[in-house]
Amino acid sequence: MSEHTLDARNLLCPMPVIRTQNAAKALADGDTLKVICTDPGAMSDIPAWCRIHGHSVLDIQQSDKELVITIKVAKSGRAS
Amino acid sequence: MQKTRKAVALISGGLDSMLAAKVVLDQGVHVEGINFYTGFCVEGHTHAIRKQDRAKPKRNNALWVAEQLGVPLHIIDVVEEYKDVVINPKHGYGSNLNPCLDCKGFMVHHAHRWMEENAYDFIITGEVLGQRPMSQRRDTLPLIARESGAGDRLLRPLCAKLLPPTLPEREGWVDREQLLAFNGRSRKPQMALAAHYDLTDYAQPAGGCCFLTDPNYTTKLADLWQSRGDKRYELDDIMLLKVGRHLRPRPHFKLIVGREEGENNFLEGYRRRYTHLRSLSHSGPLVLIDGETDNDDLHLAARLAARFCQGRSAAAVRMSITPRGGAPYEIEVPPLNSDDIPQEWYL
Ligand code: SF4
Repeated sequence: MSEHTLDARNLLCPMPVIRTQNAAKALADGDTLKVICTDPGAMSDIPAWCRIHGHSVLDIQQSDKELVITIKVAKSGRAS
Repeated sequence: MQKTRKAVALISGGLDSMLAAKVVLDQGVHVEGINFYTGFCVEGHTHAIRKQDRAKPKRNNALWVAEQLGVPLHIIDVVEEYKDVVINPKHGYGSNLNPCLDCKGFMVHHAHRWMEENAYDFIITGEVLGQRPMSQRRDTLPLIARESGAGDRLLRPLCAKLLPPTLPEREGWVDREQLLAFNGRSRKPQMALAAHYDLTDYAQPAGGCCFLTDPNYTTKLADLWQSRGDKRYELDDIMLLKVGRHLRPRPHFKLIVGREEGENNFLEGYRRRYTHLRSLSHSGPLVLIDGETDNDDLHLAARLAARFCQGRSAAAVRMSITPRGGAPYEIEVPPLNSDDIPQEWYL
């Protein structure tokens, strides 16, 4: 299990979700991915994407300009 | 036991593609969704820019649809490949710069490629015969199937009964009898089917699924192409077309003026890549310059930009100018009068 970070700042939705999806493809079951973004749309899109694919959202930190969403990748079940 | 067949459904986020996927899903087929991000999609990217829009709940409708259906969704970035569709559409444009027929063919083509790579059996779209003037006519539906390479592995569940049987129907992977015969522009059958499935709160975008059908947007895109002398664009260009006021005082450069805090924050992200101006003596927007400018141009740009700050009626405004890749410097200029700004400058 390893920890990874994805810089999705200054990208507009749905690019942060696409980058998250593509990064998660290369990760193993149980790995965590910390996604840093600036588009507030990611606040709903990344958790929605996680629910659809069976990944879990561990933490969401929101500051004035940035949003940091940490997800745990699930490779079993319906994740693809 | 019969093999479970697999279908990939084009999911735009609208009602039709949602219903089409649902109809097939209900027949026991394994369905996964695919959504293409072209850079022009209405979906997503503008909703978060303007501050006034931030209070509204935001969602990506394609993700929302997938969640309602309980299917995975694959969002594919096709920004680069899509350029050729917008720039050189073989079948031309619709009423604005929307190359709908080429666009549909492109999307089905990419879905077909995904289908083959992932060993899926067929493709589902939400097309309805006669609903759209360009891409959903009796003569263009077969054209899309043919030119995309999908052939008769392309199933349109909402109007399948009006079309010749496709491979999934002939092979019995789906029961043609349970497919539909929607025809024409009326939305009533779709709404009735949605009610039957108990689906509410679905998105109903006015106009179309992308900004290329929006005349305010395509005026700016056409201007961009004209000023460059050829049709080309980068993702940044087409994103910026959606933000701020655009004014072109000279053929070789234009100003992008943030209209409110949300847009200014967004434009901040582009500061390093564009020459930009802001007022130092008064509060005002961030202004980006797109194009190559000399000193006279920058002087004019500063006077024009000063017009949009709080000091618009002052005798002089102190502006900071930061050339792309250079150091900032200050100048003092009289703001342009509104009478000095021809209406044609506004794009
Ligand atoms: S409206 Fe836009 S996304 Fe929809 S088919 Fe036409 S060009 Fe493609």
